[in-house]
Amino acid sequence: MIRVLLPPHLQNLARTGKEVQVDVAGEATQRSVIDAIEAAYPMLRGTIRDHQTKERRPMVRFFVSERDLSHEPLDAPLPDEVARGEEPFWIVGAISGG
Amino acid sequence: MSEVRVLVGTRKGAFILTSDEARKDWDVTGPHFPGFEIFHLKASPVDPNRIYASQASDWFGQIMHRSDDGGQTWETIGNEFAYDGETGTHQWYDGTPHPWDFKRVWHLEPSLHDLDTVYAGVEDAALFKSTDGGQTWKELNGLRTHTTGNTWQPGAGGLCLHTILLDPTNPDRIFVAISAAGAFRSDDGGETWMPINKGLRSDYIPDEDAEVGHCVHNMAMHPARPGTLFMQKHWDVMRTDNAGDQWHEVSGNLPSDFGFPISVHAHEPETVYVVPITSDYHHFPPDGKLRVYRSRAGGNEWEALTNGLPQENCYVNVLRDAMSVDRLESCGVYFGTTGGQVYASSDSGDNWTAIVHDLPAVMSVEAQTLS
Repeated sequence: MIRVLLPPHLQNLARTGKEVQVDVAGEATQRSVIDAIEAAYPMLRGTIRDHQTKERRPMVRFFVSERDLSHEPLDAPLPDEVARGEEPFWIVGAISGG
Repeated sequence: MSEVRVLVGTRKGAFILTSDEARKDWDVTGPHFPGFEIFHLKASPVDPNRIYASQASDWFGQIMHRSDDGGQTWETIGNEFAYDGETGTHQWYDGTPHPWDFKRVWHLEPSLHDLDTVYAGVEDAALFKSTDGGQTWKELNGLRTHTTGNTWQPGAGGLCLHTILLDPTNPDRIFVAISAAGAFRSDDGGETWMPINKGLRSDYIPDEDAEVGHCVHNMAMHPARPGTLFMQKHWDVMRTDNAGDQWHEVSGNLPSDFGFPISVHAHEPETVYVVPITSDYHHFPPDGKLRVYRSRAGGNEWEALTNGLPQENCYVNVLRDAMSVDRLESCGVYFGTTGGQVYASSDSGDNWTAIVHDLPAVMSVEAQTLS
């Protein structure tokens, strides 16, 4: 079980709270976790990553335990604490306000 | 007893305004989709409770919604707008090649005849069609791949397809407009397209007979005369009576021929409305006076409609999709401002009142007449 924290706009869209939990088949990577999120919450398709390329949207970032994983490869294993469900995979809207 | 429902898209959500035939007392619901830019909402003529909405953000991209109960509840529908085939490049502002890249849906146009068919005009400019109520979208790529496509340049708001007009007498005829490419017509249901820009003159284009490159802001049609179109261009208000084969200017005595929206009266095909804006670098009304101009002669002769509108210190703008008419016997006219007001007239524009004063900046207004 993977814990995922969603930004407020995506919580509203998916009608969830801040944290959702998904099961991932195989290794926990950015790709497999987002695959699982999109399967559980189809309304989030296209909001976190591009439909076709599967690349992270430019103004979305990924964090785990205060570490920025936004530029890690899509298929790189996520930290063990995420795979064990101890720490959440945090999806953040980039700060772009004023 | 008829009702009017006004669908309002704003920078921070959608609002739905409803009233009875008198159009004096209004019920306001919203914000729907709070915090998001709602570029456009439009209902199906086949079932007025079927409403489509385009929600966009730089963070989370394009999101689409549909309601089947007049906007009381919404469901998320398909948001995958994949260009069909090679995308290539269009021109950037400085004339250099720039990759075609989907950004957002500017305008939704439900079919006049089929409940589940709806068209979407998008940035970077392309026309998409759904035949399953918005669950899936397919590009009508004959437009984007027109031989002139690689020369199209964006307007200040982007390379956006913002106007879609469906001919009620000919289901194969579609008109669209793109900033800053111009107007186009299809006579085969959207498979192939031709530029229809003859007669347009744009000072910023050195070639005065240029086939494309004109910054069309909006177009309007009366359903009884689908061959007559009115156009608000970057500069000039234009008219064609042969489905775009030739345009001529009808700006006449307008205080400024720059503006964004243009609408036609519901029952008078020669009565046209525009909202003049000072210029392309000011984007506010001339002299701080918010005036709708009405022509009852199909253009050239315009009268200012001011009763109930602010006539001093007013510096709002009215965007291209932010004006609409209802179809009640005494035609109602509606427009929204970047200052968050939605003004309504229940007497063809003679008198105006603000239905709401303090919404977020208004991006689109669509009036529905419900019986």
